[in-house]
Formats: sequence, C-alpha cells, structure tokens
Amino acid sequence: MPSLLFEQGEAGRGSDFVAPSGTPSDYLDSSLLRADLPLPDLAEFEVTRHFVALSHRNFSVDTNFYPLGSCTMKYNPKLNEAAASFPGFTDLHPLAPDACAQGALKLMWTLERTLAALFGMESFSLMPCAGAHGELTAMLMAKAYHRDRGDDKRVTCIVPDTAHGTNPASAAMVGYKVVAIPSTSRGRTDLASLRAALDDTVAVCMMTNPNTLGLFEDDIIEMTKAVHAAGGLMYYDGANANAIVGLCRPGDMGFDLMHLNLHKTFSVPHGGGGPGAGPVGASAKLAPYLPVPRVVRVHNAGAANSDATEAYAFSNDFAKSIGPVRVFASHFIALVRAYAYIIVHGAEGLRRNSELAVLNANYVRAKLKDVLTVPYADYCRHEFVCSAETLKRETGARALDLAKGLLDAGVHAPTMYWPHVVPECLMIEPTETETKETLDAFVETLRSLVKQAHDAPESMAQLPLHTPVRRVDEAQVGRLANKGIGLRWNVEK
Amino acid sequence: MHAPHTERDIKAMLAVIGAPSLAELSAPPAGLEIKGDLHIAPALPESLAYAHLRDLAALDRTDHACFIGAGAYRHYQPPAVPYLATRSEFITAYTPYQAEASQGSLQAIFEWQTYICLLTGLDVSNASLYDGSTALVEGVIMASQATGRRKVAVSKGVHPGYRAVLRTYADGMDFDIDELPLAADGSTDLAGVAADVGAVIVQSPNFLGCIEDVAAASSAAKNIGALAVQVIVEATSLGALKTPAESGVAIAVGEAQSFGLPVGYGGPFVGFVACTKEHVRRLPGRLVGETHDVDGRRAYVLTLQGREQHIRRELASSNICTNQALCALFATIYLATVGAHGLRAIAAANLQRARQLRSVLLQLPNVSAPYDAPFFNEFVVRLPIAGAEAVRMLREQGIVTLALSDLESGHDNDLLVCATEITTDAEIDRFALALKKGLARAVAAV
Amino acid sequence: MPEPSDRQYTKEHEWVRIEGATATIGISQHAQSALGDIVYVELPKPGAVLVKGKPIGVVESVKAVSDIYAPISGTVTAVNGAVEDDPAKVNADPYGDGWLAKITVADAAEAATLLDSKAYDELLKAEGH
Repeated sequence: MPSLLFEQGEAGRGSDFVAPSGTPSDYLDSSLLRADLPLPDLAEFEVTRHFVALSHRNFSVDTNFYPLGSCTMKYNPKLNEAAASFPGFTDLHPLAPDACAQGALKLMWTLERTLAALFGMESFSLMPCAGAHGELTAMLMAKAYHRDRGDDKRVTCIVPDTAHGTNPASAAMVGYKVVAIPSTSRGRTDLASLRAALDDTVAVCMMTNPNTLGLFEDDIIEMTKAVHAAGGLMYYDGANANAIVGLCRPGDMGFDLMHLNLHKTFSVPHGGGGPGAGPVGASAKLAPYLPVPRVVRVHNAGAANSDATEAYAFSNDFAKSIGPVRVFASHFIALVRAYAYIIVHGAEGLRRNSELAVLNANYVRAKLKDVLTVPYADYCRHEFVCSAETLKRETGARALDLAKGLLDAGVHAPTMYWPHVVPECLMIEPTETETKETLDAFVETLRSLVKQAHDAPESMAQLPLHTPVRRVDEAQVGRLANKGIGLRWNVEK
Repeated sequence: MHAPHTERDIKAMLAVIGAPSLAELSAPPAGLEIKGDLHIAPALPESLAYAHLRDLAALDRTDHACFIGAGAYRHYQPPAVPYLATRSEFITAYTPYQAEASQGSLQAIFEWQTYICLLTGLDVSNASLYDGSTALVEGVIMASQATGRRKVAVSKGVHPGYRAVLRTYADGMDFDIDELPLAADGSTDLAGVAADVGAVIVQSPNFLGCIEDVAAASSAAKNIGALAVQVIVEATSLGALKTPAESGVAIAVGEAQSFGLPVGYGGPFVGFVACTKEHVRRLPGRLVGETHDVDGRRAYVLTLQGREQHIRRELASSNICTNQALCALFATIYLATVGAHGLRAIAAANLQRARQLRSVLLQLPNVSAPYDAPFFNEFVVRLPIAGAEAVRMLREQGIVTLALSDLESGHDNDLLVCATEITTDAEIDRFALALKKGLARAVAAV
Repeated sequence: MPEPSDRQYTKEHEWVRIEGATATIGISQHAQSALGDIVYVELPKPGAVLVKGKPIGVVESVKAVSDIYAPISGTVTAVNGAVEDDPAKVNADPYGDGWLAKITVADAAEAATLLDSKAYDELLKAEGH
C-alpha cells in the first residue's frame, strides 16, 4: 500500500539543483525568515517510484473507457502534447512584449476566429480558465449589459430543471435569483412554462442544447425569440457542443452568449480534474463586454527585419469591457492543444466527429433498451440517459451499484443521479473515439451486472471487488472534515 | 482523424439503431443547418500540422534573456517533474469522483493540500484553484462571508493585475474594495484601514518586490474584528520567508506556478488557498480527505461536497467546478523532488542572484533603487528615461524587461526587474551593458 | 413503521413535540434515512427568533444538503451541542438523542396545521416511501 511522501525520505536526501549560494539568513534578517521548513527530502528515484505507483492506481482515458455523460471523455491526441511542450510556447513570459510573442498571438487570434465561425458568434474571449469560469464571465457580461441600458429590474435567471449545477451556482454568484423550468414528458424544456416565467425581471436564460438528457431542444428558436421579446438574454452552456460542432451553431439559434469547454469538445485532457479552458463567445450585441485584453490583428507598419504584413497584439481598447477575469490572458498551453486538434480536422473533420459521437451514443442506447429503462423515445444526440429505477424496485440494486460493478470490468462509471428528473439515472456519452467492440463489451458488462442483480442481489453492495481500494467510508471523513480534520497529513504525536 | 469508424462499422451500427443514415441521427432541425463556407483552414495531415505548430512556436523570441517576474516566474524545472506528471494515467484521468478508480489522483491532491499547509503554516488547504488572481477573489468572498461585511481593504502592493480582476468581480458581485496606499518606502500604509472592512489584504513580497510587515496587517485586522489575508505571488519565497501563519493571518491565497510550472504565456497556473480550521466550511472548490475502505485500507476521497455546485447548486459556496489537478500535480512532484533542502537552496540562490543583478545595475550612472525595503527576487530600478523607452531599447539588444508603467500609474521611469536561480552571470552582465549603452545613447540624443 | 404519536410533523419532515409553553424540534426517521450518513448540522443560535415555515438551519449528508424549516414559530432556548459535535446521532436516534433545538412557543394555535403521526404516515405512503 502506498505511503505518503511525508512518511518517506530522510533529511539531506535529494540532488543539488543550484550552485551553492549560502542560506537565506545570509541575505535577510532572521526576523523576516521562517523558523523551519518541514518538507520531506527525497531522492529523485523515491519520487519517481512514488508517482509511478500512484499512476497505477488511476483510471484514465488512455487506459479505460469513460462513458461519462456531459464530460466528453474523448481521446487526447499526442500531437497536442508535443505542441504543448515546444519551448517557444512554454518559455514565453505572459508579459513579454507583443513583438516577442507573434507565434503565440497568431495562434490565439486564429483560434478565436475559428471558434467564432464554428459557433456563429461575433467574437470569443479565450481568457476563462474553465467552463464554470466562462459561465461566470458571461453572467458578469449580462449584468453589465442590462446595467448599461439602465435596466435595474433584471434580477432573475431562468434555467431548466435539468441544468448542470454550475448554471444556478454561477447565476447566484452575481446575485441573480434562479427560477427553474420543468421538462416535458418528451424530455425537452417546457416552452409554455418558459413563456409563463418570462417577465421584465428576466436577465438571462441559460440553456444547453442538446440538453442534459441528450435531446435536441426543438423549440429552441421559439425559446430564444420569447426570451428576447421579454428583454432577456440567451446563454448557451457549451458542455454538449460535441453533438453540434460543424452541424449547427448557437449563434444561429439566437444565443447571445456562450461558453465552451475545450477540455471536453476540443480534446484538451482533463488532467485529473483540471486545468481546462472555457472560452466565452458573444453576439455582436454582447461582444463589447468581453473581458480584456483581447488579441487583435494590426497592419505591420515598419517592423524591422520582418516580412510579415500583419502582426498580432493584445489590446485593452474596449471601453465597455467588464475587465479581466484573471491576471494573464489565457490558459495558453491548453489553447495550443485545442488548436492542434482543430487543424488536423478542419470543419469537415469536426463535423464528422460530431456525427460519429451521435452514432456511438445511439448505438449504445439501442442496445441497452432491453437491459435498463430508456425513458425517452426519440433518438438521442451525443449522450442519453437510462434509469435503474425498475432494477431497484425488483432487486434493490441501484445505479450506484451498477457503476461500482463497471469499475471491476475496467470501465469508469457513467454520470449518475443527474439530471434529477430521471430517478436512478445513468447518463452515458461514449464520444466518437471508441470502437464498436468497446461499446459492445460495455453493453454486455451492464447486461451481466443486471443479471447478477437478479441472481444474487446481496452481492451488488459489495462491488467493486478488484479495484485498488473498495467502497470508502465517506461519512467518517465528512464529519471530521467539517471540523478541519483529516484533510492533510500530520506528524505523529 | 481519431474516430475509428469504418464504413462497415457505420453500416452495422445504423442497422442496430434502425436509422437509415448518420444524418437522420445528427442533422439539426430544418433551418438550423450551417449555410455556406465557414472559412476555416482545411485539415492538415499530421506531419504538416506538426511543422505548422513548430513554425508558430519559432516566431516567439524565447531566445532573449528575460528579466520579468510580475506574477509569473522563470525557475528551473527538474525534468522529473514533467516526466512524471504527464504520464497518461495522470493527464488523461477524470475528476476523482469515483474514489475506487482515482486513488492516484486523490492521494496526489492530499499531498498537495499537505504541502500548502506546511508551506503556509495554516491548518487546511483545498485541492487548488485556477490561479493566484482568482484565488484572491475566493479569499475575499471567504472573508466577507465570515465577517458578514461587504467591504474589504486591499493594499496597492497587491499585484495590479490581481486588483483589476478583483474589481471586475466586485462590479458584478456583492462586495466593495477599499484600496490601501503604499508609503514612500514601498510598504503598505495601514493607518487608514476603515473600521467596517471584513478583511485586510496584503501581498508579501509585494508587487514592487518589497517584503511587507504582514504581522502589522494581522494586528490591524484583529483590532477591527476583520480577517487578515496574505497574498503570495512568488511561491518560491515560501522557502525562506516568514509564513502566513507566523504572521498571524487567517487566510493565505496565491499562486504556486513557481513550483515546477513553465511560464507558458500565462497558463495554466495553479492557485492555492489555505486557512485556519474555523473557516474550513467556507473553502471553495474541492477538498480531499483521508478515510478507509470496507477492507480497512487507507484511502482518499473528495469530501465536503455539500458545499459544491453539483449538490448545493445556487447555494454553493462558489461556482467552481474544477481544481487545477494536473498543475497541482506538477507542483507536488516539484516539491517532492526538491525537498526542504533543495527549496531552501533555491530560495537562497534567488536572493543571491537578485542582489547581484541589483548591485550591478545600480553601478550604472543615474540608475537608482527607489525602495530600499528588504526584497526576495524582485525589485524596482528607476532610470533617467521612460521605462517604456528603456524596454524597447533593451529588447533590440535581446534583453526582455518590464516597464512598471505598463501595469501601474506613477512609475513612468521604473522597471520591475526579477532574477531567479536560472539567471546567469552572463545574462546579468549583458543586461547591464545593454542598459549602459542605451542610456548613454539616450542621454547623448538629448 | 408508525411514527411516534407523542409529537407532530410537517410536510418537510420535521417533527415538533410541544409541552406547554416549550417545544423540541427534530427531523423525522424518513428524513435521516433519505439523507444518508449525516456529516454536519448547522443549528440556530440560542436567542434566535424562528418563524414557522422559514429555514432555520441545515442538515448535510455526504450526498445531499437539506434546509431545516421551523415547524412553529418561537425563540430558541437551547440547541443540541452533542449533535453538532457528532452528527451521526441524528441518524441513530432522530426522535431521541438526535433532537436539534428547544424553543419557547410563540403561538400555540400554529400547531393546528401540523400533521399528527397518522397523517404523516399517510403522507409518507402517498409519497411512495
């Protein structure tokens, strides 16, 4: 069993990294210095063995299938990784003069133009660090827009009841009151309920399309019209963009604001929980409020030693901008990965990926219909939901137990228990980068787990059996954590 | 193209689905099809894509000697760090919601949380935040919630870029900023702290490079029932300087990019937040705790998720859905690799290099240091010409520097200069020579 | 299993046991079971004035967070420190050691709209539990 770094090592171990320069007390008065530095000293090979061993205790896309709805766990191409480690990118200081950063700036400018074209927006900000950060940025822009119009009454944000948790959380952070709209029995947001909720206090309506049930909101044009007529703005949560890239565009649906998750749709790796990147797109009406600085293209008058007629630069010259939402311009290295992904696909390739993502989801859905309950009759897009409610009634086994059983088969659990409109919900998104064989095996594993639930229901709560750890006690750690205990290693007394 | 489907696969799958074509499944409703050409460059075969990316990177002048810090610090990255951190199993893993499938990631985060506590001296830390600037915003929200006071006092010694971010958020959210001025010696003037602020926030070393009296800020906060918050932007300084805990602060926020992450034209970086025990429930984002599994094995798991967006939705303590897991992993592996003895030596090298650079520059005629407060690895030099002009002139000679006027008013002739353990003697001498030549030319031109 | 008949219940699954001018508040067996392992309880402070139907605190489990609503109006005289220290008590004994707060009753007439144990049992059945 792996020990912690702090349980290993011995004082003095480790390499010499710098030429000897004395100690801090040679340069500063001791009143400015820390009393001790209680970090472990380890030899490099101890560190290597430690982290290689830890890596063996992880699932990852490079080792396992992740049918995680809403997460788009597609393959992370290694060309992206190679580009992300070019010193011309990694060693460039964010405050270097624009003249020293023409490659990086050109990449950002081209990426921004490409995203604007792909999604039908006037412009994008590449600044936000993650999807939720992008959402918050968009909410700040919406607020600024309404304030500019002198409209102080706009205090409500409308979200479907199937919305991702970050939607209401982002809205609440800027002080909006959140109103939830129910879904119909067809799994779409109810247009009539939306219309009924519209009044002159509505600031923004946040929607995902396809929605989190994997279904295309067919009334979307009517919805954007209705919200605009009421004076509100439409915001597109880009989490499900993998169903539409190259096929249709949020701008054409009438959205004013949107965000993308480059770590979902554009193959930037998830990194175990970050970093991502969450560019924000805006229509012509909202573009003036995008964060600064933004990358612009300028004509290259008289630059020494340059053949280029055009140059790229950062500009803060946007009077209505909400300002910066982070200190430097972007998660640039993440943008490099997304850019590398786009250039090997082109518009045709991106569209093809979307079609195949939708194909894979429908294939799994069709095959699972006799294993679990699939509540909605229509074809899905890139993801779909199914329910283990009947299984629970018949055997006591829950979606959670199926998920744990999948881990034993080397498949990561799907997204579970959300959206809340479907009980014992499993949300499945295979993405386009999985073979038919993998999908067939996945269905068979679920089928055998359902059979196991019927044959030996008491065995289900024991799953998983073969992972590095089995089910963990979350209650004990939760109680201690609320007191600030158990969240770090401590020296034995 | 990374999707594996052959025509045969597609045909077989469509037959199972019962749909006649891909278009039947994925076409948008009538009227929403994309019309016309998107004018996006056509797909490049991989070797040409590689060459294209390489050529773009070659346009960036990273061959120049760079003396900029200001929130992103060029340090030595031991090769063990990227070698281990970019292993497939770390880089392509998902958020560790399933503890059984994520012990690698979870234990690494637990080790990160521990490192941040040991470095800051505080009780608890979270699984990381986007960066130092957004960590400052989260720290302000925490202090505001803890004291019930909308207003916080922020020193002008806090990085101007961080304060600009704070202003953007303050405009849209429910808090106000009072800025505390700097005295002539470059340190925060705490005399004017208003009695109704919920936090007193200082950065140390501050934006001008000066080491602040953080304990004085803690006292000032205590006197008015507010919380003291220290911002740390150059994490390497934690290898030498008095800890936030030793200075009596309740919350420390900052940037850990110095621990093994490249400057990467701005990111991704990794923010941290640490606090005393009593504020644990106000910590935003993810937290990893230690527990046991059903067989009694020690295990790590995400905990206190009741605070987070996926459960609490509009009542969440923050909307943050991520941590910078991979970047925190870089930092954790860096700290494991260098250890206490390495970090202390690296900190000492930073102190030495910066002093050598400063003393060489101050020997030039008409170059002065406006602040003589103790500093770590950054300091201000004042020139007889505009900083912006000096920066341009230095760049033509292959030296990259920062005019303070780019980021803050009232510093027209100042450069903010940084040297780290990787700054060489040759670079220092080239900088001094280039500046000497440039100043002589400028003076002669007058 | 029938709920204790010595107290009344709300639709939000709180219970209140009124004894003259004072009352004790808690959450029901169903509530603790639905929440799962409780890891944190946030209770009002002594002296706090509670208004019937308004949120007064929070019960948090590993997977969910629930507001606690005042079953009747009153002023808090005591809170159960043992439960703040060890939230598992609410799971183990929601009607006994897992009590949450004691209050002085503001308006005895408010009790008329509460559910008795039989009505609460019927509510649970109707909700499918």
